[in-house]
Amino acid sequence: MYEGAVQDLIDELGRLPGVGPKGAQRIAFHLLQADSDDVTRLVTALTEVKAKVRFCDLCGNVAQAERCRICADPRRDQTAICVVEEPKDVVAIERTREFRGTYHVLGGAISPIDGIGPDDLRVRELMTRLASGDVQEVIIATDPNLEGEATATYLSRLLRDIGVTVTRLASGLPVGGDLEYADEVTLGRAFEGRRRVDA
Amino acid sequence: MYVRHLTLKDFRSYPSAELALTQGVTTLVGLNGQGKTNLVEAVGYLATLGSHRVATDQPLVRFGAAQAIVRGAVVRDHRETMVELEITPGRANRARLGRSPVARPRDVLGTLRTVLFAPEDLSLVKGDPSERRRFLDDLLVQRQPRWSGVRSDYDKIVKQRNALLKSAASVLRKGRGAPRRPRPGDEPVDEARAAALHTLDVWNDHLATVGSQLLYARLRLLRDLVPDLAECYDAVSAASSNARATYRSSLHESLAARIGAGEVPDVDALRQGVLDTLAEVRATEIERGVSLVGPHRDDVVLSLGDLPAKGYASHGESWSFALGLKLAAYRLLRRDLGDDPVLVLDDVFAELDSGRRDRLAGLIADCEQVLITAAVGADVPDVLREQGMTYAVELGEVHPLTPQPVPSPSQPVPSPSAPREPNAVFGSESGGIPVSSETNAAFTSQVGEQEGEQEGEQDEGSGR
Ligand SMILES: Nc1ncnc2c1ncn2[C@@H]1O[C@H](COP(=O)(O)OP(=O)(O)OP(=O)(O)O)[C@@H](O)[C@H]1O
Ligand SMILES: [Mg+2]
Ligand SMILES: [Zn+2]
Repeated sequence: MYEGAVQDLIDELGRLPGVGPKGAQRIAFHLLQADSDDVTRLVTALTEVKAKVRFCDLCGNVAQAERCRICADPRRDQTAICVVEEPKDVVAIERTREFRGTYHVLGGAISPIDGIGPDDLRVRELMTRLASGDVQEVIIATDPNLEGEATATYLSRLLRDIGVTVTRLASGLPVGGDLEYADEVTLGRAFEGRRRVDA
Repeated sequence: MYVRHLTLKDFRSYPSAELALTQGVTTLVGLNGQGKTNLVEAVGYLATLGSHRVATDQPLVRFGAAQAIVRGAVVRDHRETMVELEITPGRANRARLGRSPVARPRDVLGTLRTVLFAPEDLSLVKGDPSERRRFLDDLLVQRQPRWSGVRSDYDKIVKQRNALLKSAASVLRKGRGAPRRPRPGDEPVDEARAAALHTLDVWNDHLATVGSQLLYARLRLLRDLVPDLAECYDAVSAASSNARATYRSSLHESLAARIGAGEVPDVDALRQGVLDTLAEVRATEIERGVSLVGPHRDDVVLSLGDLPAKGYASHGESWSFALGLKLAAYRLLRRDLGDDPVLVLDDVFAELDSGRRDRLAGLIADCEQVLITAAVGADVPDVLREQGMTYAVELGEVHPLTPQPVPSPSQPVPSPSAPREPNAVFGSESGGIPVSSETNAAFTSQVGEQEGEQEGEQDEGSGR
């Protein structure tokens, strides 16, 4: 145990995800020795993120206002919604520059073991958005694992007969990956899910 | 294929060990508790990433050590591949193939294939259904490593589904009737119940999809295995016993009856069967909070003539039955691969009468590599010991009893890339100190009392 302030810092850091007691100690002593300007910048960043950043009312992505940058952008196609698990998935898809529609961030995936059901995800908000009638296509881009697949199945059933086109992001071999290095499970699934290529 | 060299570090009782092996029969003889099974267990681990004795990795690591290393040089078609596994309990194992690390340990599956028969396998006949399911599933993975992923997906689906049945039990039990899609404005309880039922449907769907694949694969495997089982059982017991294995499915009666009669319905029929049965048992599942339908609830019924083996077969008959299953598995893999897996027979001969011993010896004479352990050398038929190497295992050290490995006449000539070593090598690499007076000891290692002594291990000759 250290003197009050140091121990408080270690305790607070230790509560962060992915930081163990040893890591917390290392960060704390790093901060103690750091330039006070650096520390001030960190403190400002922390305060700002809490003060300014919030979740978009519409899509659930991180935002600086009521609407996130994407939802507020009039050039984005409001008739297509891509459903993802986390804000980081939005970033990943944006990087591809393939998609010009808007997003809906669920905040996770269905996983009974972790006590997460549809009620704990932003499913109801999605239904409300669809009720407006403007949306024509929903692209489900949950993770290609069991929980993501279950969430995708749940959503596609829910959306089955409300008059929107529902698609699922093609899963299987990682894009840009080498067939040679794909593991057998992925490769096996890719074979099962193979589609006819129309010439 | 065969294992040309085995290296152990902190595996079971061995601080370090180097063992040179050859094609043909190798017999390890020694008193109880000297480390014979530990050696062949390591070979099995390289092939399956699991032990035939324990479900967790902790007991595999030498008491007091943090991690164990098992390395094997595997020769197939004149080509040698090095497989190495680093076993660290509580953490993911690491694996290397040749010189490069692989992304996941399961990527090494298939490099070495073994069929291992040990006293524990008696539970195939006498034990719970889970033992027989594991036998089929392990064999599936040996045949096609991709099943390892399907199997773990399936296990996760069952766990998720059970968690849902338990957590949603209170909501699900309220009210009856068909589920309705949740809509905004529903009463909270109705809405929660509808959502839970829909989530359950989703998991049913996944259980049916993955479960039917696993079931289909098991049924085809069993169909391929059954003729060999009868032949191998009869060959060992010199009788015409009609040893059979039939699949007992948890699906609804009419489908289960077809499956029990040896039919293999197609995957779609099985998938529909799972869904239909799930619909039938829904109320019971919600009541009990467990998944009652699917390959995780199935069994394989073994029978001799008109009687079930479990509860009726004698000790020797049960033993021969388990042996018959393993020999059938060996034949199946041999056919599939166009190559022999490594056959391991741990303590098998002591349990068999002399006729069965000799007939088993005849059956395995043409296998590329056989590793045999026995507490009493005389239990192993002379023909096997004459044509191969015999080693004495004592306190974790191995010394040859026969001066030179004599290749059996049926063995192919060893390739230049994989020379058969007439004199086995010494265990200097891992710093093992030779305490043997034999200069051509195939193997050297010490138990316990060496450098790096850990607390709690003062007892020399460790824990017998
Ligand atoms: N993790 C471990 N650390 C240290 N010693 C161990 C460990 N696991 C097992 N042993 C020891 O290894 C010894 C040899 O076990 P093994 O099963 O190989 O004997 P065996 O030669 O096959 O004997 P038997 O003829 O009785 O089958 C046992 O005495 C046991 O105490
Ligand atoms: Mg043993
Ligand atoms: Zn938004």
